[in-house]
Amino acid sequence: MSHTFTLDGKTIPFVDGQTIIQAASAAGVFIPHLCYHPEFKAHGSCKLCTVKVNGRHTASCTMRAAAGMVVESETEEINDERRALTQMLFVEGNHFCPSCEKSGNCQLQATAYHLGMMSPHYDHFFPNRAVDASHPEVLLDFNRCILCSLCVRASRDVDGKNVFGLSGRGIKTHLIVNAKSGQLADTDFSLADKAAQVCPVGVILQKRQGFAVPIGARKFDKAPISETTEER
Amino acid sequence: MTAAKKLKVATTSLAGCFGCHMSLLDIDERLFTLLEHIEFDRSPLTDIKTCSPDCDIGIIEGGLCNAENVHVLREFRQNCKILIAMGACAINGGLPAQRNHLPLTTILEEVYHTSPGLTNGMIPNDPELPLPLNQVHPIHEVVKIDYFIPGCPPSADAIWKVLTDLLAGKEPELGHGLMHYD
Repeated sequence: MSHTFTLDGKTIPFVDGQTIIQAASAAGVFIPHLCYHPEFKAHGSCKLCTVKVNGRHTASCTMRAAAGMVVESETEEINDERRALTQMLFVEGNHFCPSCEKSGNCQLQATAYHLGMMSPHYDHFFPNRAVDASHPEVLLDFNRCILCSLCVRASRDVDGKNVFGLSGRGIKTHLIVNAKSGQLADTDFSLADKAAQVCPVGVILQKRQGFAVPIGARKFDKAPISETTEER
Repeated sequence: MTAAKKLKVATTSLAGCFGCHMSLLDIDERLFTLLEHIEFDRSPLTDIKTCSPDCDIGIIEGGLCNAENVHVLREFRQNCKILIAMGACAINGGLPAQRNHLPLTTILEEVYHTSPGLTNGMIPNDPELPLPLNQVHPIHEVVKIDYFIPGCPPSADAIWKVLTDLLAGKEPELGHGLMHYD
């Protein structure tokens, strides 16, 4: 049997071991995602990349491609669900795009644009989360964290430092800094770390870079996320 | 054949900065085309103070930061067939909502009593002043909103697109370039 499956009717080739999203990406087909990053082991937590495989919901970043699978992605039903998930992320944190340095380069924002999210729909939590400005080079603004764990994986698996962690359970899950004080300045984190580069939203920000590129001239202002290659 | 009846459009700015209204005026000469199809009812542009009961479209800028904002929003909902949230503040509270993690008493204390340079400060208590809400809220948390135009402010082109789509009887849609949260 040939090494192909269909995605929204299009034939997608794959090699053994590839997940659905990896094969789709190699074939130039975009599947919305937030916690998935091609350079890291899948986390499978944001559920934005959910597709239907032979009629059943599954995360395309963790599901291995198999010959003959019938995969649906760009359907009204699935995109409605993705939009609802995105809206929940917006109301759970404090996402004020006009005052965020990441605006225009933000994967959450660009994904919301892609999904046609016109409003947050739900009631806002307006949580109280302090920022961590202790580090000389980097600001941490936890208000925007979507718990994708990319910084956790990058720091642990690439930098070998284990600076970040997810703590708590369920709705109380939150990003922490692994230091006795909880402050980034009291870790060996550095701007050169992979973890400093992977945040899809505006949590990990280099200091003194504000508005180096004006709003309106940033990555996703130029092209929608579905037509933009993966590097941050 | 008689000309189609003009649609009545009411607008207001609640906890906003009037930037969205400036952006509405930025449709420039297209205002003349728009005025062939609509007439403004209650609006800062007409200075009419209350909505006619038969408004077709209500456009709301800004979120809800005090009791009067809620009162005005409810008046709009009662009198407008279609209600549009225009701009970031109406949609998620925007900049005013960044006070939401602070207790209101702390804010009033700091602004009127403990800020540097204040002497004999007093928290305003005139009965005519609307009472502030404990938190700033987006308008969809209080009344049903039919359409949203995101942006801070939404571009004139985005506002134009939504209004002309509605006038054409279509579901408004903003594609890449017009859809902005910033």
